[in-house]
Amino acid sequence: MGKYILKRLGISLLTLLVLITIVFILVRLMPGDPFASDKLTPEIRQNLERYYGFDKPIIVQYFTYIKNILNGDFGYSMKYINQSVNTIIADSFPYSFDLGMRGLSVSISLGLVLGIIAALNRGKTLDYMSVIIAIIGTSVPDFIIGGLLQYFFGIKWGLFPVAQYKGIEYTILPSIALGFYTLAMVSRIMRASMLEVVQQDYIKTAKSKGISNFRITAKHQIRNAIMPVVTVLGPTVASVLTGTFVVESIFAIPGMGKYYVQSVQNLDYSLILGMTVFYGAFLVLANMVVDILYGVIDPRIRVAGK
Amino acid sequence: MDKILEVNDLSFSFHTYGGIVKSVRGISFDVGEGEIVGIVGESGCGKSVTAQCLVRLNPEPPGFFESGSIKYKGQEITTMSEHELRKIRGVEIGFIFQDPMTSLNPTMKIGKQIEEIFIQRKLYNKKELKEKAIEILKLVGISDVERRYNQYPHELSGGMKQRIMIAIALVGNPSIVIADEPTTSLDVTIEAQILDLLKDLQKKLKTSVILITHDLGVIAKMCDRVLVMYGGKIVEKGNADDIFYNTKHPYTSGLLCSIASLETKKNEELEPIEGTPPDLFSPPIGCPFAARCEYAMEICYETIPQEYKINEEHSTLCWLEHEYAEKVTLPCKKQYEKEAI
Repeated sequence: MGKYILKRLGISLLTLLVLITIVFILVRLMPGDPFASDKLTPEIRQNLERYYGFDKPIIVQYFTYIKNILNGDFGYSMKYINQSVNTIIADSFPYSFDLGMRGLSVSISLGLVLGIIAALNRGKTLDYMSVIIAIIGTSVPDFIIGGLLQYFFGIKWGLFPVAQYKGIEYTILPSIALGFYTLAMVSRIMRASMLEVVQQDYIKTAKSKGISNFRITAKHQIRNAIMPVVTVLGPTVASVLTGTFVVESIFAIPGMGKYYVQSVQNLDYSLILGMTVFYGAFLVLANMVVDILYGVIDPRIRVAGK
Repeated sequence: MDKILEVNDLSFSFHTYGGIVKSVRGISFDVGEGEIVGIVGESGCGKSVTAQCLVRLNPEPPGFFESGSIKYKGQEITTMSEHELRKIRGVEIGFIFQDPMTSLNPTMKIGKQIEEIFIQRKLYNKKELKEKAIEILKLVGISDVERRYNQYPHELSGGMKQRIMIAIALVGNPSIVIADEPTTSLDVTIEAQILDLLKDLQKKLKTSVILITHDLGVIAKMCDRVLVMYGGKIVEKGNADDIFYNTKHPYTSGLLCSIASLETKKNEELEPIEGTPPDLFSPPIGCPFAARCEYAMEICYETIPQEYKINEEHSTLCWLEHEYAEKVTLPCKKQYEKEAI
């Protein structure tokens, strides 16, 4: 197992290197540059370019950047004066992570329960209710759900604060807005998977042993049905935890999402790269966790040499 | 011999989008204590549905009992509640399924899957459970049991998996074991081992066995009595000897003719039964085999024949036994007689 994880780590680092290279080239291919502004005199411009090393050949810039990343330094932002990319991430990521964890933990567990209930009551009222929830969750965009939540729970009924992120009561509405889609997706996948597993021969074997339906579902069906859900969770978890622009904007949460979008608008090279690499690393990590989880859930996928 | 299972005029059908499929149409048979009864027939003849009816494993709905009764030791199975059925399944009637590759839960350890029968019934503590599982694993001829106990199904070979299935079916010490094509997905050498094991255990534990197969060779090797099923009906039943050497139904005879034996010459063609089995959406009004039967008479297409008793055990569902029918000699009977000598 240790050897396997090491190997995966190696491949992950390689993936990240490719990612850095491609993004590094792409941002520089975009028209304009971070200092393209009328307000700057040519002199200041030149100074800035020298300061950030733009006057050197691109290949030198690239290797300098790689060297800095290896030292854990993402450089300074080109728009937020005197802020390093590291501090921006360190300041904003905890908010996104906290919000994401709340949203995910509730939506994944509720989604699983909903999917299981729907599958067990196939074709009955509860099943149709879960379909309705799933359709709303997948088809209504989060800015509408967020807006509605703010209007009803925040303004009309005054139950929760409308925006910002200062305590537990502030976290509830954005968590719902953020997790709704995941909940809907998880419940659908789990339902389909449960219905597939129930057709399997080993469920019949379990039945022939005279054990209760509850035990069949709990011990035989769920564990085998959960795999497809785990598969989709890797990328979902990574993207939700590293911040979502829309929900964070609506609820005025100082998370990573805002910086990510603005960095592109500002052509803030170092921030774009830093955010992308951070997100990429997170995605690679999440996928690795998923791969390890596979083995925990299904012994057939467990890797040799444990 | 005491009858422990009596099936009377059992009919079982399924609701489908296309209409009602009549899978089993009025069959009667019984199983005595310590007896091996074989059910033979081609795919889709209703043998698996029959077997699963006995412990109500068919999905209901869409499946439903149209008529008939199944009495296990005097208890009526067809009207039992799910709760009562659980007391029968596993401990009174064990079930061995066709495909050991897919019939074991891939994410549960072998030992746990065997013990499960008792866990719900809270009969034993943890240590006793393990002892029970180890004991039965040894009985079905698994070596290195302590290790196997903690392994997952994918770590075992097909033959071993089927041994595990047998262990699961037998661990509750049932009075009847239903084996639904237990060797179909195994290769011939393993098949022989599994059949030997089954017969051996049946003798040791004095269990009755209902063996479902489409292989007459398996029947010949294992069974005391045989039911030949076709189109949801039992077309011939009797002692194994009667079925093989005194065949009375053209379908049975056709099955016997189509077997390749060691004496079959290189260029000799096997004799298949021409045609296909009847559509059970709308089964024929007459004899289900009439369309494929070379001895079919007019009446065969119009009315289902009654059951003709040849002797105490042996009976057939064929108009040829009627007193007005022309007497014919079914071909393969002779061949088998010759081989027997």
